Formats: sequence, structure tokens, C-alpha cells
Amino acid sequence: MEATHVHGAGHAHGGDHAHHPKGIMRWITTTNHKDIGTMYLWFSFTMFLVGGVMALILRAELFQPGLQFVEPEFFNQMITLHGLIMVFGAIMPAFVGFANWMIPLMIGAPDMAFARMNNWSFWLLPPAGILLTASMFVPGGAAGTGWTLYPPLSIQMGIGMDMAIFAIHILGMSSIMGSINIVTTILNLRAPGMTLMRMPMFCWTWLITGYLLIAVMPVLAGAVTMLLTDRHFGTSFFNAAGGGDPVLFQHIFWFFGHPEVYIIALPAFGVVSHVIPAFARKPLFGYTSMVYAIAAIALISFIVWAHHMYVVGMPVAGQLYFMYATILIAVPTGVKVFNWVATMWRGSLTFETPMLFALGFLFLFTIGGFTGLVLSNTAVDVQLQDTYYVVAHFHYVMVAGALFSAFAAVYYWLPKWTGHMYDETLGKWHFWLSFIFFNIAFFPQHFLGLAGMPRRIPDYALQFTDFNQVSTIGAFGFGLSQLLFLYIVLKTIRSGEKAAAKPWEGATGLEWTVPSPAPYHTFEEPPVLTEAKGHA
Amino acid sequence: MGINKKTQSCLTGLALMGWSAMVRAAWEFNFQIPATKSAQTVIDLHNMMMIIIMIIFIGVFAVVSYSVFKHRKSKGHQAAQFHDNTLVEIAWTVVPLIILAAMAWPATVALLNMRDTAQADITIKATGHQWKWGYDYLKGEGEGIRFMSLKATPAEQIRGSAAKEEHYLLEVDKHVVVPVGKKIRMLTTSTDVIHSWWVPALAVKQDAIPGYVRDAWFKAEKEGIFRGQCAELCGKDHAFMPIVVEVVSAEKYSQWVGNQKKQMAAAADEGGKSYSLDELKSRGEEVYAANCAACHQANGKGLPPAFPALDGSKIATGPKEAHIALVLHGKPNTAMAAFGGQLGDGDIAAVITYERNAWGNKTGDVVQPADIKAARK
Repeated sequence: MEATHVHGAGHAHGGDHAHHPKGIMRWITTTNHKDIGTMYLWFSFTMFLVGGVMALILRAELFQPGLQFVEPEFFNQMITLHGLIMVFGAIMPAFVGFANWMIPLMIGAPDMAFARMNNWSFWLLPPAGILLTASMFVPGGAAGTGWTLYPPLSIQMGIGMDMAIFAIHILGMSSIMGSINIVTTILNLRAPGMTLMRMPMFCWTWLITGYLLIAVMPVLAGAVTMLLTDRHFGTSFFNAAGGGDPVLFQHIFWFFGHPEVYIIALPAFGVVSHVIPAFARKPLFGYTSMVYAIAAIALISFIVWAHHMYVVGMPVAGQLYFMYATILIAVPTGVKVFNWVATMWRGSLTFETPMLFALGFLFLFTIGGFTGLVLSNTAVDVQLQDTYYVVAHFHYVMVAGALFSAFAAVYYWLPKWTGHMYDETLGKWHFWLSFIFFNIAFFPQHFLGLAGMPRRIPDYALQFTDFNQVSTIGAFGFGLSQLLFLYIVLKTIRSGEKAAAKPWEGATGLEWTVPSPAPYHTFEEPPVLTEAKGHA
Repeated sequence: MGINKKTQSCLTGLALMGWSAMVRAAWEFNFQIPATKSAQTVIDLHNMMMIIIMIIFIGVFAVVSYSVFKHRKSKGHQAAQFHDNTLVEIAWTVVPLIILAAMAWPATVALLNMRDTAQADITIKATGHQWKWGYDYLKGEGEGIRFMSLKATPAEQIRGSAAKEEHYLLEVDKHVVVPVGKKIRMLTTSTDVIHSWWVPALAVKQDAIPGYVRDAWFKAEKEGIFRGQCAELCGKDHAFMPIVVEVVSAEKYSQWVGNQKKQMAAAADEGGKSYSLDELKSRGEEVYAANCAACHQANGKGLPPAFPALDGSKIATGPKEAHIALVLHGKPNTAMAAFGGQLGDGDIAAVITYERNAWGNKTGDVVQPADIKAARK
């Protein structure tokens, strides 16, 4: 906001690098939120490439009917690892990285509330990522169950399954610590004058996401621990022969799994709520209703989990309840979309790369939301459950939703991180290549699902050939386009036009009051907000 | 004019048929042609939702597009500074709520109907096994019939050394035969992991859960062959356990039931017969290819460690009794199923004889159906 005046901007001690180690030890021992944010982002991108290569192996095998490149058991392992790595290794750490970098800058805090724990939250990730990826190479290979790990199939798996369970435990610990840190930082370290309802929207989305994570990660940890004891210690939680129920796992898993969707989506909403106003040069429309919508989505996300299980044979009353509750989510989600559109309305729009990705998000996420509405209809879902329609749906939400928003965030904040402007022409190329290839890869999967192709199969009947070939071509195009992204980021770090403290004309918020690149230490003296409405 | 109109609509009809036949051949983009009222209901519901969705989508993105083209800085558009409008915000909360409620009503009616499995004419239980379906006709005409239904697509077609047939991966050796116009209640269960019994044209998809029995129903409106497959990831060969339902007239169904009963009676008194080593080996090789080769491989080398080799294994070269017990009862928490409930005495005797005398295994043992009968007790 132009009305925000900042006193004592935090770059007074910015050049002070004297008291921390150099080289590799700097990164291992760092408690600096910017260093840790950077590490989260690089880790995330590395896992994104690993998970992406796995997706390309899947798509290569699916280019034509028959088995060509991989065996079915390896195909199943790739499915599992692609899902787990993309969700826990790529997307979640990316948004935690943004939170680490930007939340202290947005609220005028010197660092995260628990700086030492912040270091530990990050350094738990690489061992977990290695454990998960290395499970491919142990006897029997990785878990071939899909990321949902349903028993009894997961009981049959080899040691790779146990490695996945421990990886999930470690990732869960990391997420819980990260969330506690973010929640505490937001609640306690805001600059004087920044009330909750003046807080930037990204902080709001993360405050609520933090609570979601703290609530559901222990549930997942419990579910996989029960798997572990069923596998090795003779319990029968999920074994009917011992008095258990395999479907119990699905209930527990999706009680975690559905909020997880919003754990990924809410921070993405937050980013878009910054980028669209900045490039429309107009304040975010309906700030208050935005906050209520986020809270409503978060609350409802706890009571809809069994819509992932419409065909397990639950009582019809259960199916009806979960259908109504799921349909209800469309209301607050719609409010958010309408608010973004109203923000653009009568603005003064420009279309730099962050804005392009935000608009791509808006367009494709809306498609993903609508297909979600179709799937919420239990009668229709009977035909679509476990088909490629579902695969298309959640990739519109996860890739076009979360990933496009993450790209928007990187381009939007890269000048602040590196002190350089990225190459706008290449950025636009990255957007258009990603946008076009994404749709070539995933739009035909709706048709495949409608026509009856099940998901998680390495080989398919002949009538599915054409759209699978289109999809594979799109997937390879999309994958290769991401190398351009890597090149753009590296180029920006090394060279590029010097960025001003506020490189975007319409950007608002405290993060743009510190120089670019942001000094190592910022806001050691809290800024004072003298005017109302400090929010973006 | 009347004739003209008729000709015209005929031509349009033909053109549409030609077009849809062309589209059906490839580039399948919509639901399969329905064979039950439920499947038609799903299509109608989906169409209704798509129309509503398209209207909202086009409306919203018309506004976005207008904004993108008109409210550009490059065209000198100055940004307005409004950021709230309570009335508008209430409207776009309440109106969607009403639209959604209107969509939920027909969905509820359809669902209640799809879940009403009462008063079925015939009840069939589908049992998922890794990786095939078994069927038991439990009630109604055909009661007592039971058989396994195995994928019929040969490995050569999957591996690309033979041309793929029209129904590649969707062909089985024994169809589930049901009469047209009768309400069929399908029970589903499983002996190992979760499977899901799905035939798109019938709009039945029901998970098969080990230790539990679920149900669904269908009433085919027309005769024909309808194909589906397992819809829940169930391990290595999840893609290779198809389902084929053949809907026939009432007379044909009665004939089929008669034939099945005769075949079953013939198989039942095998316990008393005895066969030569060569007879058992050649029959065993077929049983092995259908039931065992997916995991233990045709060459008996298996896929260790998940699926052990039989060639030279302690079980297949050790005492007969342990081998018989393993095949009959399976091994808990592994993919090794209990074949006692799936195969008859003759088939089990043949396959065990084969395994003890194939590849490098040269025990010379002969296992007779009577041995299996005795071991079952």
C-alpha cells in the first residue's frame, strides 16, 4: 500500500556477514530464514526434477499399448514414488521455502520465531528424500502401491515399503516443526501496528495451512505406523482375518489426504492474491471475504475425506453426506475466484511473467475445480473413480494450481532474492511452453477417463491409444520446458539488470521496502506502520 | 415439405451415425454406450453438470478476457481503487449455493436408485484374486455355478511379438453370462488385496475388499458383450485382470446354465481318476501358464525376492506334502494365494506334478487328484 510508511528499514546491519561460517558449513549450520528458504527451494526443485523423470518414464511406457520399456512392477514403483516425491518433496517444500523467505519480510520480523528448529526442519528433508528415492534400489524395489499405500497391498511389499514409511515419518516431523515455526512467527513477530486483518494474504494462507498441517500430519504418521506394525509386529489393524478392516486405513489416510490438498492449495492462493493485485495496480478485492473463504475451505476440508472412497461400499447415507459436504467447498472456492476476477476488473493490467503464471493458474485451477465438482457427484463418480479423469483433475489442481502459482512466486520474488531482474522474454517463453504442453499432456486424460481407462495401469486397451500418445508428447514437452526455468533462474542469479527495491510498480508490502537483494539481516529494528491497512 | 424434412433428418441421422462410428473407432472421448438405465442416468447427470459448468466458466472468463483486453496499462487504462462491495460478495456466495443445491437433487435421486440392491433375480459373487476374477452364482437360475475367469490375451501380444487383437487386454476365457432384463445383484469380495469390479457400460464399480462383502446391481437393457477391468491398484498385474459380461436372452441363458452344470459334474468326480505322468504334465503346463506364470514366470525363475523361483526350489523338489499344502493354503501376507478354493483336485494335481518335473526339477513324482482330495481333509 502506498499509504504504508516504514521507519528504520532493516538494512542498517545488512552487510554484516562477519559472524557466520563460510562454505558448506554456512548452509549446514545456518539459522537464517533466507538461507533456509533458499535451501528449501533448491531441494524442492531437485525433487521436482527427480519426480518429473519418473513421470516421463510412466508416460513413455504409456505411449503405446503393450509393454515396451518397463515391467509392470517397476511401473507401479514409479507411480508411488512420483506421487510421494511430488507431494512431499517438491510442492510442500517449495511453499515452505517461500514462507521462510517472505513471511519475516512481509510482517517486519528479523527472522523466524524458532531459528534453530528451522534449520532442523530443513535438514530432515534430504535424509527423507534419499530414503524414499533409494528404496528403488533395495531388493524388491520401492513400494508398488501408489502414494496412497493402501493395505493389504502395502502389507505384501518388501523393505522398500518400510523405507517409505520411515521417510514419511521424517517428512511429517519436518512439516510439523516447520508449521509450528510459521504459526508462531506470524502470531508473535508481526511489526507493531500490523493487526491480523492487516496482514498480507500470503501470511493468512500460511497461518491456516500451518494449523492444517499440525492437525493432519500426525494422523498420517499414525496410519503408516499402523501399517508398519501390521507388517512386522503381528497387529491386525487392517487385516480382516485378525478382526481389522482394510478400509479403516483409507479413512485415516484420507482424513489426512484431503486437508493435504488444501495444505498445498492455500499458500498457492496466497501467492496469487499478491501477484494479481500487483500487476492490476489495484488492491485485492474483498480482503475480508478472502480470509473467511480460506478459513471455510480449511474447516470443510476436514469433513469431506470419504469422497475419495465412494466405491468402497459405505452406507448410502454416508455417500450422500460426503457428496453434500464436498459440493459445499465449491462455494468458498468460487468466492476466491470471483474476488481475483474483481481485482483485475478496471485495473491497469500488465502481463509480466508472474502475472502470466497467475492468470494461467486462475484459468486452469478453475477447470480443476469444476472437474472436482463433477467428481463430487457420487453417481457420476462411480464411473470416474480410479480412472484417468481423476488423474487429469488432480493434475489441474496440483500442477496448474500449485506449481504454476509457485512459478509465479519465483518470478515475482526472484528480484528480491537475487538483486537481479530475470530475462522477461525467456520467462514468457517458459510460461507459454508450460501452459501449452501442460494442456496437451493433461486435457486428453479427461477423455481417457470418461471413455473408461483405469489409472495406474502400464498397459491399456487399444481404444485408448490416440489420447495417450498426445498426452505423452505433452508430458515430454512440459518436462523439457522446466529445464528452461532452471536456466532462467541460474542466469538471474549470475547476471541480469540490477533490481530496484520495488521492481514492480503495483507491488505493496514491507518486503519491497528492503533493498534488492534483501540483506542477510533485515528488520532488526521493527518497522512502524503508521497508516491503517498494511496489507497487500 | 414433410418428405423433405424427413429426408433431411434421415441424412443428418446418417451423418451423425457415421461421425460417431468414426469417433468410436478411435479418439474415444465420452462415456461408453450405456447398457443399463443407471449408465444412462450417469451420462444425463454428467451432461447437465457440464452445461452448467460451461455457462459459468464462459461467463467468468468472458469477464476476465474483457478485462485483459480493455483494462490494460498499455492502452492507458487507469486503475480504479475499489476493493469491497458487500452486496456483490453476498450475491456470489448465495447464488452458487442455490445452483449447487439444484445440482445435488437429481444426484441424490440417482444415487439412491443405484444403491437399491433389493429384490434381485440373480445374485452373483465376484471374488478378486491376484490377478483374476472368480464367480459364484449364489441365487436364482444358475445357482451353484462357479468358475474362474482368466485373461485370454496371450503374452506375445503384450510383449509386441504378435499383432494385437481388437479386444486386446479385454478378453477372458470364460464370460460372466447373465440374462437380459433381469436384476443382477453383484456381491464383491477378495481373497488377497483390494480389487474393484468395474464394467463401464453397466455403470457398476464396486471395490472387492478381503474379508468383507459389498454389493451393487445392474439390469442390462440389451443383449451384448460388455467389457471392463479391475479399477483398484492390486499389484503387478493390475492391468491384466479384465471382466467380460455377456448379456443373453432368457433361453440362451438357460442353455448356458445347463452346459455349465454338466461340465461341473464332470470335473467333480475327478477325485477317483488317475493319470499318467505325461498326461498330468501337459495339463499342468496349461494350468501353470494360466495361474502361476504371472509371478513365477514361464521359465520357473520367478521374480525374486517378491516372487521366488520354483526351478530348484526347496518346496518344488522337497516332500510332496509340503508342496501340496502350500498350493492349497497359500502363504499369508504374500501374493501366494490359496488355490484350494480356486482350482479343482485335477488341476492342482496336474500343476504340482508339472512343477516337480519341469525345468531343472526332476523328482519324477506323480501327484494324483486323490492325493489332493486327501490333503484337503
